[in-house]
Amino acid sequence: MSNKEHHEESFWTKYVFSIDHKVIGIQYGITALFFLLIGFSLMMVMRWQLAYPDTAIPIVGPFIKWLATLNGFASEGNLPSDLYNVFGAMHGTIMIFLGVVPLIVGAFGNYLVPLQVGAPDMAFPKLNMASYWSYLPGGIIMIISFFLPGGAANSGWTAYPPLSDIATQGQTWWLVAMIFLISSSLLGSVNIIVTIVQLRVKGLTWMKLPFFVWSQLITSFLLLLAFPPLEVAAIFQLMDRIAGTSFFLPSGLVISGEMLQVSGGGSPLLWQHLFWFLAHPEVYVLILPGMGVIAEVIANNTRKPLWGYKSLVYSSFFLGFMSFTVWAHHMFLTGMGQGMSTFFQITTMIISVPSVVILSCFMLSLWGGSIRFNVPMLFALGWIPMFGVGGLTGLPLGLSTSDIHLHDTYYVIGHFHYVVAPGTIFALFSGIYFWFPKVTGKMLDETLGKIHFFASFVFMNGVFFPMFIQGLAGVSRRLADGGASYAHAADVLKWNETMSYSAWLLGLAQIPFIVNLIWTLYKDKDSKANANPWNATTIEWTDATSPPLGHGNFKKTPVVYNGPYEYSVPGMKDDFLPQTKKIKKGK
Amino acid sequence: MLEYLGKLSDKLGLPIVSSDHGYKIDIVIGWVHWLMILLFVGWGIYLIYAIFKFNNKSNPAASYGGIKSHFSQYVEVGVIVFEAFLLVGLSLPLWSQLKTNIPDKKDVHEIRVVAQQFAWNIHYPGADGLFGSTSPSLVNEESNPVGLDRNGFGADDIVTINQLHLPVNKQVLVYLSTKDVIHNFFLPEMRVKQDAIPGMQIPIYFTPTMTSKDFLQMLKGTAREGQGYEIACAQLCGNSHYRMKGYVTIETEQEFNDWLAEEAEYLDEEGDDDWDDDW
Amino acid sequence: MDIKIPYNEDLRPDTGLYNAKLGIWLFLASEVMLFGGLFSSYILLRAGASVWPPIGLDGQSVAHLLEETIGLATFNTVALITSSVTMVMSWVSLKMKDISKFKMYMWITISCAIIFLIVKYFEYSHKIHEGFIPAHDTYMALYFTMTGLHVLHIIGGLFVLVYFVMPDGIKMWDDEPIRFTNRIEVFGLYWHFVDLVWIFLFPVLYLLN
Ligand code: HEA
Ligand code: HEA
Ligand code: CUA
Ligand SMILES: [Cu+2]
Repeated sequence: MSNKEHHEESFWTKYVFSIDHKVIGIQYGITALFFLLIGFSLMMVMRWQLAYPDTAIPIVGPFIKWLATLNGFASEGNLPSDLYNVFGAMHGTIMIFLGVVPLIVGAFGNYLVPLQVGAPDMAFPKLNMASYWSYLPGGIIMIISFFLPGGAANSGWTAYPPLSDIATQGQTWWLVAMIFLISSSLLGSVNIIVTIVQLRVKGLTWMKLPFFVWSQLITSFLLLLAFPPLEVAAIFQLMDRIAGTSFFLPSGLVISGEMLQVSGGGSPLLWQHLFWFLAHPEVYVLILPGMGVIAEVIANNTRKPLWGYKSLVYSSFFLGFMSFTVWAHHMFLTGMGQGMSTFFQITTMIISVPSVVILSCFMLSLWGGSIRFNVPMLFALGWIPMFGVGGLTGLPLGLSTSDIHLHDTYYVIGHFHYVVAPGTIFALFSGIYFWFPKVTGKMLDETLGKIHFFASFVFMNGVFFPMFIQGLAGVSRRLADGGASYAHAADVLKWNETMSYSAWLLGLAQIPFIVNLIWTLYKDKDSKANANPWNATTIEWTDATSPPLGHGNFKKTPVVYNGPYEYSVPGMKDDFLPQTKKIKKGK
Repeated sequence: MLEYLGKLSDKLGLPIVSSDHGYKIDIVIGWVHWLMILLFVGWGIYLIYAIFKFNNKSNPAASYGGIKSHFSQYVEVGVIVFEAFLLVGLSLPLWSQLKTNIPDKKDVHEIRVVAQQFAWNIHYPGADGLFGSTSPSLVNEESNPVGLDRNGFGADDIVTINQLHLPVNKQVLVYLSTKDVIHNFFLPEMRVKQDAIPGMQIPIYFTPTMTSKDFLQMLKGTAREGQGYEIACAQLCGNSHYRMKGYVTIETEQEFNDWLAEEAEYLDEEGDDDWDDDW
Repeated sequence: MDIKIPYNEDLRPDTGLYNAKLGIWLFLASEVMLFGGLFSSYILLRAGASVWPPIGLDGQSVAHLLEETIGLATFNTVALITSSVTMVMSWVSLKMKDISKFKMYMWITISCAIIFLIVKYFEYSHKIHEGFIPAHDTYMALYFTMTGLHVLHIIGGLFVLVYFVMPDGIKMWDDEPIRFTNRIEVFGLYWHFVDLVWIFLFPVLYLLN
């Protein structure tokens, strides 16, 4: 990294308050990976409590004791139930809002979208910087709230009132942080949409866009339109907590024997509607860009065009649109009547169809391919059945009658972890291994990568599959003792240990990855560094300047002639045809 | 056939079912798992086959055109048809049956369940069959957790904490409400689960079909041996959510009436409610 | 190395837009969702209330005060609509390259916004003085939250307006006149939107009770 020292004088504008989308993308990436690690660490501690309730935690016990004392809870190095709730709520919040979304939209979107559409930068570079600099304070506020009396937010990532209205002050910080994160997403999504619509280079027609760009476009629309209602909800809840209003508090509540002195007249379900109106589209925000990554990696490593590109695009559009119409499938058991439940069951079944189509396209793309099993491709291939399991287990939840038994059990936890952990996280890993040479000019090590993949694959299933077993047996989520208090959990309680060991081993399995990242970064740049190591076709590999990228993306504005996935075109010498390469008609 | 294939649910490790609508829910769960298994196994076999057949060693040159068949469209249509069947054939009618046929008050056994952090208050109407009025201002956590007005219809009402007694094979209508935050009234074996929402009183009904005695008999030799029915709270409601547990006793009509009479006697003696558990 | 961002001032042929214009439309779309969420919440909460405005814990309802303030609110409506018109005029002046007229119209717009805020200040303090704070009842909670968010939009807009006529902002007119005109146009769209929101807030909060 010695060559960086020469730029010392411009360090602040170059690396900190940069308006270059590539630097901002990297900033997002590093910050988000860091938050992922925090989110995961919280869960490793929680998994101890789930496997061995109320026993002192090895290694980190003293730290937990210190934190609990600071928050005002009693702990002997174990995780008290108050703190368990804090950790649970913050695991969900951090993973989703501070980890995955900033990584997949903030980092991948920021870095790659302008390059893939041939733009010199994002349409609004200063807004782009503002977007990162409102994400980071949001994250810092969340982290600081851990050290408040009463701890951080403890009402689940869903923050259902009245519980959250009467929760300790960590909840207020959570709301403030969320408002920062919402602003950040807003700025980011406007930027991505304008960049894609306005800055596509000559020749890059809509149907020549890489699928990744499509996925970012649709995702940005979801962020843009779904977050404001959550902002409304957050403002209402802030008012309830600070100004004493009762948006979410009905009259006549009695809390710990005291009548709550508020005006009443509010509705707890209003929050749930506003929240899920965001949070359902949000889950597609997690998965769509992931699908974008998988599409790129699969096309590249099967050395053939993506099968059903158009169906993929239309399906994603349909998915994005439908995602605004299914939110109340999270609320089947709130006392919903016949009409509502019929509507939301039907829309939920409908929304599963585009996912089936997308997955089918990916799998059929393999047919006739010449598959290279490098690390990005392994993660992509692992992603397919894992997302399949996660998606399929969404179906019984989407039928209100089977949801009666499964709602809020570990079945739900299993369902969505299969889509977010081996789903989105695998897509992210795949993308990191795939684009790392673009960002740094260095290839990550394949052997370490393979260890990372196989271990992660095995242990992910080890953590999440038993959740279905527990869930079918009726074990509820968010139980600070993993169900030990309940008789109906007795038969399946033994799985808690299996899951916890898998989670810790999953943690160990990340070490080769972290080592790989650091070690590769410090490795000297290979003198023969190849600008296009995967023989890919899209603009970022073929026309952009070689890494490490300076200011500006292209020596000369590229012009596009071909579709994004022209691999193994019959009659051509190379098995890939870059988007920007002009071929003579008739050949 | 509908039921026979739906019985896949028996293999999925669901709790023993002991209510009359419960097995219908199981059938839905069974059927939807058929769809899931079919899709997963079918595509799984394809996936493994494709990975082996089309690796770059055995297939060095990729085919530009790829697969030509319409196979996947058929699968997609199949999925749509199957899902339509799940909806129209199973789930929608069942939900309507569960939610809209509120039973005639004469034929059912009515109770109120009032959730609070972290206990279940069960309110029986007493001998007159009518609930006394309640008011938040009367609530006293020690002596009157549901805020029952003991004048009027409330005089003979019975309130227990975490003890739900019900007669077997008789439909119960539960009016579910909560004093503070959202809870969820979950009876795993009855396939009953319903949020208790502040400010709302939500009716739910079901018919238990197995007495606690028979149930305990069936548990012999399992990890759960000796532990009968219970009420679980399935919605995060605070730091003791994980142990917001109630006990359910399903007994014969005779036993149930005896129990009610005993409780009523107790009421006369003490002029107070029952405290028969560890809360 | 070409690092100039295309279509910052000129229109992209296939979309017919310059970047900022698309940007502001998208931003406004999200604003529609924001206020849409607020109005939907209003409907839901109002539908659940037996009387409107509801009676607070002190046994009072704000109804009588509201009648008194309809006059003020009507006045404010006029002030905002005027400011929207002058906003358009200032943009038109720029199109006609008449910078002094531009400044004049901008100052009228600014004055209208300030008048709006002053009137709002009196309205708020009067209500608060009479005990009708947000915690009084659901109507008051909605009233303060919805108009409060709207006022924040006005204040934000006011800062931008002032920036445009300050030397720092207006100097762009000399260097990049098209871009400056675009800025005014884009800001004008925002300003109309804020105006439009008020046109909805006014009947919903003052008249339909
Ligand atoms: C990335 C995130 C993501 C995705 C993509 C999905 C996808 C889906 N989800 Fe999920 N969901 C969540 C994240 C996600 N979900 C989260 C976070 C929660 C919990 C929130 C909380 O309460 O905390 C949740 C909860 C949740 C519920 C509420 C459950 C409850 O609380 O009771 C429901 C109910 O309908 C549901 C349904 C669905 C459906 C029908 C899909 C469909 O879109 C799925 C469609 C996909 C398929 C049908 C797969 C197709 C498969 C094949 C074609 C076969 C493949 C086979 C091989 C490859 C071998 N989800
Ligand atoms: C994107 C979302 C996401 C992700 C990825 C995860 C990942 C994981 N989750 Fe989480 N989870 C949620 C979202 C997520 N979760 C949500 C929303 C809830 C509900 C919360 C609530 O109840 O309110 C929940 C709840 C939840 C529970 C239930 C708790 C309860 O109900 O009481 C459990 C239990 O085991 C669990 C486990 C795990 C595990 C073992 C992982 C593992 O898969 C983790 C895998 C992660 C990694 C492998 C990280 C790898 C990254 C690195 C190693 C970074 C490297 C860093 C540098 C180079 C700097 N999660
Ligand atoms: Cu009550 Cu959880
Ligand atoms: Cu959903």
